[in-house]
Amino acid sequence: MQAFAYARPESIPEALALLAEHGSGAHLLAGGTDLVIALRNGSLRPTVVIDLKRVTGLSPAIRREDGHLCLGATTVMRDVERDAEVLRHFPALAEAASWVGSVQIRNRATVVGNICNASPAADTAPPLLVYGAVVLAVGPDGERRIPINDFFVRSRQTTLPAGSLVTGIELPLPAGRMGSAYTRLTRRRGTDLASVTMCAGVDGAGVTRLAYGSVGPRPVLVCDESGVLADPAAPDEVKAPILEEMLAGASPSPRSMRAGPEYRLAMLRVLGRRALQTAIDRLAKGMA
Amino acid sequence: MNDRFPIDLKVNGQRYQVDVPVYRTLLDFLRDDLGLTGTKECCVVGECGACTVIVDGRTVNSCLMLAVEADGGEVLTVEGLAAGGRPGPLQRAFLEHGSAQCGFCIPGQLMSAHGLLLENPHPAAAEVHEALAGNLCRCAGYEQITEAVLAAAEEVGG
Repeated sequence: MQAFAYARPESIPEALALLAEHGSGAHLLAGGTDLVIALRNGSLRPTVVIDLKRVTGLSPAIRREDGHLCLGATTVMRDVERDAEVLRHFPALAEAASWVGSVQIRNRATVVGNICNASPAADTAPPLLVYGAVVLAVGPDGERRIPINDFFVRSRQTTLPAGSLVTGIELPLPAGRMGSAYTRLTRRRGTDLASVTMCAGVDGAGVTRLAYGSVGPRPVLVCDESGVLADPAAPDEVKAPILEEMLAGASPSPRSMRAGPEYRLAMLRVLGRRALQTAIDRLAKGMA
Repeated sequence: MNDRFPIDLKVNGQRYQVDVPVYRTLLDFLRDDLGLTGTKECCVVGECGACTVIVDGRTVNSCLMLAVEADGGEVLTVEGLAAGGRPGPLQRAFLEHGSAQCGFCIPGQLMSAHGLLLENPHPAAAEVHEALAGNLCRCAGYEQITEAVLAAAEEVGG
């Protein structure tokens, strides 16, 4: 493997000083399940790798705070998929985390790493969009709160300012009743990436949110406030045009080897209907 | 900051205090520095699971972890499953059920199975499939592997 320097800061100011000192030559390390591959194949050539796992204040714990749940910068997928509070309030996020790679990958891969790499196929992105998550960041100019829908730009590019790092993700606890579900299209469970990702959230006021990915440069969030999609009694022919309009933001690449654009677009509709129905059923049953 | 880093860790119960190059993976450290070649190198992108070891009670792909990240931790490799040079219950079950065909994936399968049984002593078949989904067997011995894990769970868990 290529040579690089390794730093293991113990505080956030120390980590920020390293980022300032090394600029674009610095790369942050949390779980490493993407980074170590890039280091080995040479697609990334950092001068220094900054390991965040010993930084005080970037703990892996999931914290319940006033009105929200907070994932840490180093919270791993495996802990998210099994956390009682996540399962209770944000089941689609637990489902998405449980879809990532294998158990071995999920024991290392972090949710924050997942969104910072900003892969269009990132499993946790759609539920975080549906739940209105806020990315907490700190940089040379102090702390910053970035709504997750303003965070993604395209693969490997986010609006996180240079020299900053993400300290956590805040998930506001739903004010009222909500039903939500995540599903994805994939060729094999355990190792493959998603060909289509889909999350649906329906609340007691009749608002439906859909977020989907792996069908364009970044995951897409759309909202229906008419109440039609959330209405269990509304006929399919009334829902179909609304769903069609909501899914119009998909623009899958013809170059991907996982699935062709026609197949992705066809399956996006299937997954959209499926996730929506599960969300409606869960709302009726009183499950988040 | 330099390109070597002192680490202090336990591997299969034995303590090591060594300086490692920071760009050495845990997999290379185990195989090349400690001579523990039971852990296999295969895809080196975290897809096949042949390099699976247990770090602080959790299964990981050792090809995706730097040795320095294991500093202060406890690593268990397939060599650590045998007691006194004799195969442990999980290893015996694999032998009895013909789970090992070419054998290359087996150390990783054993470690994933061991990790599962640490958390869940009485898994259902579906839970075995999920826990071992990140371990590919190109001989396709999946049925025998699942049977062996369930049999070992019965023997050990009672």
